[in-house]
Amino acid sequence: MPAFRPPIIPASEITPKTAYLSRRGLMAAGAAGTLAAFLRPPAARAETLTTVPSAYKVEDKVTPRKDVTTYNNFYEFGLDKADPAALSGDFKPRPWTVAVDGMVAKPQTFDIDALIKAFPVEERIYRMRCVEAWSMVIPWDGFPLAALLDKVEPLGSAKFVAFETIVRPAEMPGQNSLFQSLPWPYVEGLRLDEARHPLTLLAVGLYGETLPNQNGAPIRLVVPWKYGFKGIKSIVRITLTDKQPMNTWQAANPQEYGFYANVNPAVDHPRWSQATERKIGEGGFFGASRHPTLPFNGYADQVASLYSGMDLKANF
Amino acid sequence: MAAASQSLFKRWQPGLIWALYGLGLLPAVWAFYQGATGGLGADPVKSFEKTLGLWALRLLILTLAVTPLRELFRINLIAYRRALGLLCFYYVAFHLTVYMVLDQALDLAVVLQDVLKRPFIMFGMAAFVMLVPLAVTSNRLSIRKLGRNWTLLHRLIYLAAASALLHYALSTKVLSPEQAIYIGLILILLLYRAARPLIPRKRNAKPAPGSQTARVVKQA
Repeated sequence: MPAFRPPIIPASEITPKTAYLSRRGLMAAGAAGTLAAFLRPPAARAETLTTVPSAYKVEDKVTPRKDVTTYNNFYEFGLDKADPAALSGDFKPRPWTVAVDGMVAKPQTFDIDALIKAFPVEERIYRMRCVEAWSMVIPWDGFPLAALLDKVEPLGSAKFVAFETIVRPAEMPGQNSLFQSLPWPYVEGLRLDEARHPLTLLAVGLYGETLPNQNGAPIRLVVPWKYGFKGIKSIVRITLTDKQPMNTWQAANPQEYGFYANVNPAVDHPRWSQATERKIGEGGFFGASRHPTLPFNGYADQVASLYSGMDLKANF
Repeated sequence: MAAASQSLFKRWQPGLIWALYGLGLLPAVWAFYQGATGGLGADPVKSFEKTLGLWALRLLILTLAVTPLRELFRINLIAYRRALGLLCFYYVAFHLTVYMVLDQALDLAVVLQDVLKRPFIMFGMAAFVMLVPLAVTSNRLSIRKLGRNWTLLHRLIYLAAASALLHYALSTKVLSPEQAIYIGLILILLLYRAARPLIPRKRNAKPAPGSQTARVVKQA
């Protein structure tokens, strides 16, 4: 429980977002603007979440908030890892709805704020391993995907869950530029048993506050035993299906990215080793050392049984 | 005629060449300072590595641009080409050092495996290996001793550039517009060499590319 609760400020009293986070203003302000973007966003953007403690915590040192919120991939905002934080100021994560449909008894469209109130939001500290061989430890706030799936009652025929990110070129520069890095919308998929696993989280916040735009506001997937790209951001649709869904990276480059994308030090990415990782925020320039990557990112005890009998080299 | 083929700013040339070395090394010094003081973001090693590699590419492009600038636009920067080429080599060496020391923590087994298994690292290493003899023979003594062979040997730069291009293109998940510009420039500069025999000479008095060294010696 946070010791200090900020007062509730009416929307009318809050400086319009465009006034302090306008992308053009940022560009014009140059270095000063960039510095401002790295400072903590004003309270108007990040709301404090009421969370309950959770048993799902790793003991590793948590990555500083500044690194978690300024260094990540979110190609909808640009290819550089600083782009999401710098170029997501125009993105509007409210109002927002998530449609859950497909092979379910009760298809529904949920309002994001109603969704946050519908389930206890747990704080979970997970390891995050990017396919590019760097890693973080992030305190997410969210609820299990299984809880949401229970609400819509998947049919017996449903075997997979497909996810879809929003397409908003006016607010997402990476979807708007002459050069399109990936086909939009970004899509992802899980097997139903993976989706129902208690570790699989729909995150609505991090560090006790609602998700910053650059980290996938207002709601994103977190599957800690898989490479980070499986954690689809800014979700608008979740569809239950009987066919294995295609995911964006697999479609872009099937030799390098598979459907499962389980963290596996024994299966190298063709262009880099997956045996070790560099922990972001640790050691700085000279102290940075490589750490061995663990099978299933250290969650083997909980999830290895999902894949018993499977050839994980072929199903990478 | 003589004026056109004469190097630019001939009078201040020796000083300018030293200034070029100093200026050329500034980005590395600045990036190192930033990295050491926490100014390179969340993944300073990767950022430093990338900055050094990018500067190597920029200097490679400048080095390769010297001949077309002279032949097409009569801008003679030949006196600065050695400095540009050597600076490029220094940046490639820094880039490799950071990869081996800061990134892989001198785990030579991993480095060796990377070089043998991963095409993009293989191409990068090949480019470095090809640049070594060019850097070693960049002095006047070697130019004189090797004679015609020096020109032949230094054509390796084209192969090294092609290797560097592949290294850069294969290093990322998605080819960015920035990458496309660098790759496009290097391709144009390489294609210029391939197409050069087909370009009709405007004046026969214009020096042939291979004879530049001979000219300099003659003038001296």
